[in-house]
Amino acid sequence: MEFNLKIWRQKNAKSKGHFETYHISNIEEDASFLEMLDILNEQLIREGIDPVAVERGCKSSGPVSFDHDCREGICGACSLYIDGRAHGPDDQVTTCQLFMRHFKNGSTITVEPWRSSGFPIIKDLVVDRTAYDKILQAGGFISVRTGSAQDANNILISHEKAEKSMDAAACIGCGACAATCKNGSAMLFVAARVSSLALLPQGRPEAAKRAKAMVAKMDELGFGNCTNTRACEMECPKGISVEHIARLNREFLAAKFSE
Amino acid sequence: MADKLISKIPDGPLAEKWTKRKSEIRLVSPNNKRKLEVIVVGTGLGGASAAASLGELGYNVKVFCISDSPRRAHSIAAQGGINAAKNYQNDNDSVYRLFYDTIKGGDYRSREANVYRLAEVSAAIIDQCVAQGIPFAREYGGYLANRSFGGVQVSRTFYARGQTGQQLLLGAYASLNKEIAAGTVKSYPRHEMLDLVVINGQAKGIIARNLVTGEIERFGAHAVVIATGGYGNAYFLSTNAMNSNGSAAWQCYKKGAYFANPCFAQIHPTCIPVHGDQQCKLTLMSESLRNDGRIWVPKDMEDVKKLRKHEIKPSQIPEEKRDYYLERRYPAFGNLVPRDVASRAAKERCDAGYGVNETGLAVFLDFADAIKRLGHKKVEERYGNLFQMYEKITNSSPWEEPMMIYPAIHYTMGGIWVDYDLQTTIPGLYAIGEANFSDHGGNRLGASALMQGLADGYFILPVTIGDYLSHKFAEPKTDTNAPEFEEAEKAVRARIDKLFSIKGKQTVDSLHKKLGHIMWEYVGMARTEEGLKKAIEEIKALKKEFWEDVCVPGENGEFNQELEKALRLADFLEIGELMARDALNRKESCGGHFRLESQTPEGEAKRDDENFMYVSAWEYKGENEEPVLHKEPLKYEYIHVATRNYKD
Repeated sequence: MEFNLKIWRQKNAKSKGHFETYHISNIEEDASFLEMLDILNEQLIREGIDPVAVERGCKSSGPVSFDHDCREGICGACSLYIDGRAHGPDDQVTTCQLFMRHFKNGSTITVEPWRSSGFPIIKDLVVDRTAYDKILQAGGFISVRTGSAQDANNILISHEKAEKSMDAAACIGCGACAATCKNGSAMLFVAARVSSLALLPQGRPEAAKRAKAMVAKMDELGFGNCTNTRACEMECPKGISVEHIARLNREFLAAKFSE
Repeated sequence: MADKLISKIPDGPLAEKWTKRKSEIRLVSPNNKRKLEVIVVGTGLGGASAAASLGELGYNVKVFCISDSPRRAHSIAAQGGINAAKNYQNDNDSVYRLFYDTIKGGDYRSREANVYRLAEVSAAIIDQCVAQGIPFAREYGGYLANRSFGGVQVSRTFYARGQTGQQLLLGAYASLNKEIAAGTVKSYPRHEMLDLVVINGQAKGIIARNLVTGEIERFGAHAVVIATGGYGNAYFLSTNAMNSNGSAAWQCYKKGAYFANPCFAQIHPTCIPVHGDQQCKLTLMSESLRNDGRIWVPKDMEDVKKLRKHEIKPSQIPEEKRDYYLERRYPAFGNLVPRDVASRAAKERCDAGYGVNETGLAVFLDFADAIKRLGHKKVEERYGNLFQMYEKITNSSPWEEPMMIYPAIHYTMGGIWVDYDLQTTIPGLYAIGEANFSDHGGNRLGASALMQGLADGYFILPVTIGDYLSHKFAEPKTDTNAPEFEEAEKAVRARIDKLFSIKGKQTVDSLHKKLGHIMWEYVGMARTEEGLKKAIEEIKALKKEFWEDVCVPGENGEFNQELEKALRLADFLEIGELMARDALNRKESCGGHFRLESQTPEGEAKRDDENFMYVSAWEYKGENEEPVLHKEPLKYEYIHVATRNYKD
């Protein structure tokens, strides 16, 4: 297969970015999107060292930087905005689990970084997502010291509750929700953590404090408000439901009323 | 120098050793803990749990990771589960049985005392994780559920769907966040350790590169903990994450820490087969699938040929024409034999020509029986996300046709040599999790990596490191202006400058692929003396090629992923050579290390206990010098050493 790739290039946080278009061919249908970018990068590096190309005036910007790691859809590192959709055209997958057979041969594919005021660009397609760490540091945990736990089976949790909690806990923290939201809201991310813990008895003692602190931190870091467009749910690679935002809202309101 | 290999295993009965050691360890008072600084490198299960627990104790902790967030460490990708000797199933499990299974699974090449301690603390890990709010799978009565893994006959594996590693890591990461919020831990994401600083023979800090700005930074401490995982990416294609690397551990080796059993690499039997030469990463399908999936190839070559030409579907091959070769060869354990055994059996069938895809390097993992027996819903609950993942990658549905799988490099049992306290041969330097060598011998059992990472990080290191630090609280803060820091930083800068100056013709990835080919061919599933000698020579030549012809674009003072990869590959080239050297020395078959010269008439691995019942610990002697081999003899006092038998 072959493609034209229109890719966002930006040297660093301070410089202005622009699109560059590259042609790429001989891509296997079963290649993943990131494998295709690997091949593009090989090509770009070779162009940069090829004396003929350099003589022709080919000014390579060098390989394209992008975040990636596990390539199994679980680490949450990959984060590309492809043809106007977070993680591209396939549903419920991360960019690394997106395969070229989902694209039309010969088409032009636009690749951008996450665009959200909460995620400043570091270089090309790489953004800074430490804001998500900071939100979790505000309260996304249960305060238990190592060694102080009782026997695991002393806490009974119904099968259904555990499954629901797991649905929310599946969040990989990739940032697609905030990147896709027209308000740049991180509500689905916050809700996933709050809801996962609020559903379990272990999470109850700090539930009110947690919901308030995490929402406040999200606001402080410049993420927008939720207006229920549900775009986040559509683009979440792990299919996390906005039902968890409803639970977050309940937890948050209850916490406010009990003040 | 051999006297450096003092394992410090406490005297006394096996079951009392850990208690005894703990009672001997000196304590550090809370006000003194505040004066002590500890660096933890890596934020997987080991690093995150250690940093969080040390922070809770009151130490000043600095934690480093190469990713943008501690949560992305590769522990996150572990799927199937975590073992613990809870005996919740009443199937007669016990600490002793978990200990025994782990030693036997490791083919009698791990330390009795370490493994017993691992089994001993396993139960507390589950308690801790539940308290953190990890949504483990539950029975309808609300109690915790279990499943089985390879190499065992009980159900002791706890799990959270097919995302157990993710959930455990998010638990440890949450604890870490709690400590970061409390101010006891300071986190340095996107930082890569490029050297260890040793002052007067003691580990005193690290040199790290800020991956965003390229700045080379110095960090001092009273002790350093390495939790940076394994070196499986030496093979280029592996199930490890793309950025997983052996460099931090390798820098420790070059600063004097012995490196143990480097040749023990685990080849996991259930990975998605390689599909073409554009691939850079292999995907694991959890071992838990072997609970209900049955592995087979056709009995008739005719069927194999038709399959390869897509003339028939696997489901059309009748039962009597299928060879369930694991059930045939190992009736007692069937599809749940340990990983090394399952991998070799798959290779044996494929080498005999029965591989079921175009490349001839694949076997079937079939769920038709399980779906019939358990129903769609139950199978969906157990393996839904794995089925989805498989389908996304291969475009084929495991609900309709069997999965295709083939072995791939997955884990390295070898690592930095540590004593019972998890301290390396450099005082003040500790290694935990996959980065050390201590618990899995020649082969790790499934669901035991998570157990070891968390055992080390939550319950063992935070105690044992106190013994060292109890002597250090009177020492002032480490001065990062010391000449040793100066020198280490200079060396790092010189290495980086050198890489940019080469301006060669080959990309880092293309050179890494070459290394991968050598490693898989000669240091892979079947090794020979001749092949290993060849590997050493070829790797040496490739190393020369790398340093003469690599192309690293860009500059240091920026976010530069090619530079990161080049620095890691430079180390993989050396690690690969040591792996081959260790494999050459070990003239026996043992766990994942299979020497063709040493096998039984049935093709099973043949150990040589008389000559090789030891840990090989390699000492670095300098650039282009041969490393020196030290041997730590293994003594089995509580276990009867036998040939592994999974047949009856």
